[in-house]
Amino acid sequence: MSPLHVCLALSAALFCTGLVAVLVRGNAILVLLGVELMLNAANLNFIAFWRFGPGGGEVGLVFVLFSIAVAAAEAAVGMALVIAVHRHLRTIRVAAANRLKG
Amino acid sequence: MLPASQLWLIPALPLVAAAIGAAAPRTARRLPVFLALAAITGSLLLSVVALVGALAAPAAKLTANFTWFVAGSTAVRLGWLLDPLGALMSVMVCAVSVLVFIFSIAYLRADPRLGRFFTCLSLFVAAMLGLLVANSLLLLLLCWELVGLASYLLIGFWFDRPSAAAAAKKAFVITRLGDLGFLLGLLWLFQATGSSLFYDGGAGVLEAGALERLAATVLPGGWTAATGIGLLLFAGAVGKSGQFPLHVWLPDAMEGPTPVSALIHAATMVAAGVFLVARVFPLMAADQGLAAVPVHALTAVAVVGSITALLGAVLAVAQTDMKRVLAYSTVSQLGYMMLAVGVGAWVAAVFHLITHACFKALLFLGSGSVIHAAHHEQDSRRLGGLAGRMRFTYVTFLLGTGALVGLPLVFSGFWSKEAILHAAELWPVSHLPFVAGLTGVVLTAFYMTRLVCETFLGRPRGEGAEHAHESPRVMTLPLAVLAVASVAAGWIGTPAWPWLQSRLTGAPVAAQAWSDGLGLMLFSTVLVGVGIAAGWWMYGRRPRVDARALDPLAQRWPRVFAALAARLWFDELYAATLGRLLRGAAALAAWLERWVWGGVVGLTGRVAETTGEVNRAIDEDGLNTGFDRASDGLRRTAQQYSRAQTGDVQGYLRAVVVGLAVLALLLIWGGVR
Repeated sequence: MSPLHVCLALSAALFCTGLVAVLVRGNAILVLLGVELMLNAANLNFIAFWRFGPGGGEVGLVFVLFSIAVAAAEAAVGMALVIAVHRHLRTIRVAAANRLKG
Repeated sequence: MLPASQLWLIPALPLVAAAIGAAAPRTARRLPVFLALAAITGSLLLSVVALVGALAAPAAKLTANFTWFVAGSTAVRLGWLLDPLGALMSVMVCAVSVLVFIFSIAYLRADPRLGRFFTCLSLFVAAMLGLLVANSLLLLLLCWELVGLASYLLIGFWFDRPSAAAAAKKAFVITRLGDLGFLLGLLWLFQATGSSLFYDGGAGVLEAGALERLAATVLPGGWTAATGIGLLLFAGAVGKSGQFPLHVWLPDAMEGPTPVSALIHAATMVAAGVFLVARVFPLMAADQGLAAVPVHALTAVAVVGSITALLGAVLAVAQTDMKRVLAYSTVSQLGYMMLAVGVGAWVAAVFHLITHACFKALLFLGSGSVIHAAHHEQDSRRLGGLAGRMRFTYVTFLLGTGALVGLPLVFSGFWSKEAILHAAELWPVSHLPFVAGLTGVVLTAFYMTRLVCETFLGRPRGEGAEHAHESPRVMTLPLAVLAVASVAAGWIGTPAWPWLQSRLTGAPVAAQAWSDGLGLMLFSTVLVGVGIAAGWWMYGRRPRVDARALDPLAQRWPRVFAALAARLWFDELYAATLGRLLRGAAALAAWLERWVWGGVVGLTGRVAETTGEVNRAIDEDGLNTGFDRASDGLRRTAQQYSRAQTGDVQGYLRAVVVGLAVLALLLIWGGVR
């Protein structure tokens, strides 16, 4: 396997781990962690294609920096949401936050 | 002989142990303990081999650099550095860690999270060792942040206690303030020199070419780039090493288990700041010859160090918690080290760092032994009478105290403190460090005598102390080893045989003449005697009988004592200024959210509502009748659909994933071109 394939396989594994966490875990914080894992899998893909792909330049690198910055903001918003949910419902189980059901 | 290219093995071993320990199932309690011990022992052996290699050629900076990545025309390079400073420090860190690890086995035997504890300890030590062998400021910063993370995990190890969780957060946030300076300094340095390597065959940032360029770059006001970068890097060290004004986290870090305190205060974490300043000393000193610079970087270091040395010693006088006294004593001793670097004697600072690591680890583990025996009682007012009950701990604690206060000729602390005071005396800029240092000597002797008298003498004044008995062998063995080291570690750097000094500088240092510095030695010995005598007179002559009795100092000077016991209100000051500032900003954001943005949203809603009203009026009057049946049908259909709206976020996500998978399969089978 070429280095690119190794990276892609790793990132796919990371993505699936994150996805499973998001779908299965009941704790909102762990769901957020899963989201972070998925984001980082995407970042890894960016870096892998930047490093081993055909194009030159720094676009891939810069994109990842942006993505990390956005992820940091996303994590802050996510945690704020979790705290808000906890204040209202006294729990952070995702299943408990179902007020919007039809 | 360990070549520089293999140096990464030293931090890698504990790092691997931490990784395996983190992945191990929770039921395997012993595995992380075993791994951590094996890894740190391996690192110790490797460090000793590295030290032997480094001492063979003390002046050579053996490096192994490699390119991390290339972005456009900028190559970011990292590397490993083998020199006596780093190798000696890593031997010290490994040795102290081995003893602390052994001690921890007994101290935390009953804790259900033992495995997690050792995993974090391994990470802590791995990060510290990586910091010591790094040849790149960037790599150093990475390890530096890992040290911060590990200390957060360990201080908050008993996270179910709110005070421990708060202390961990405080340590993390406050050191982060300093780290911001560090990061800015690193970026500036990288921008100015295009490299972050310390030594790189003439192109490194600590080598003559870059230093000359940095010192020649003059900014408005006479500042040079070297001064600015040096001060920013020092800000990082101020945070990490608990220097004034960021010292407030260090005493709170006592909330962690006592072995962690020993590790933080002796070998890792706080040592990192002093090490950083010693490592980049050529950069800090680059502006020394320039008269136009308003404040030389080293002068700032010396002033901050002097203030810290004095402040820590003063605050230690009024603490009643055993570990807090020792914590403020660490603050004070770190001040001594910074002061030494500031007056140009970075070798003396490293010397004191090493001897301090031995005796402070001894004192903390000794207090851990007391706390363990006295059923987690650490208030010295409710201890007492332990001298007879815990003879071994008492004797080793006394030896550690002797080293800390600097009893002459025998104890290690004497030699390293003398070296610092000697350098401070000769500093041409100001007398402040010298005076602060001498005052600190008296205070140190006083508060340590107070601590020993209160804890070990008199009668037991509490449940815990009455039933105390000597700790098990696993805990006393590290005490014995550290006690020997606390005495003997000073002999490697005496004025008569300056082995350490010549090895660290890489050039032979002549032994001092016998008469040189003798007067100072006598004077500081007298000061130590005065401190001990005062402590004995107030606390040892008639030991405390009642746990609730007023402290003799509080009887004499109640106001001063109250102020000191309240730690001069530093925490309150920060809460009233920075805390209030943050809260104000948050309130402003909340106000904007509620009234400005909320107002816009509300207004839009109102407009939409009014439009809706108008619509409805037209509908009801004009178009109503014919649509009723149609809408009934629509409503029924909608009710069917709305069952899919479960409100369960994860259910929606599952649907999204299924849809995504179907889409992917379609794309694959349908053929993408």
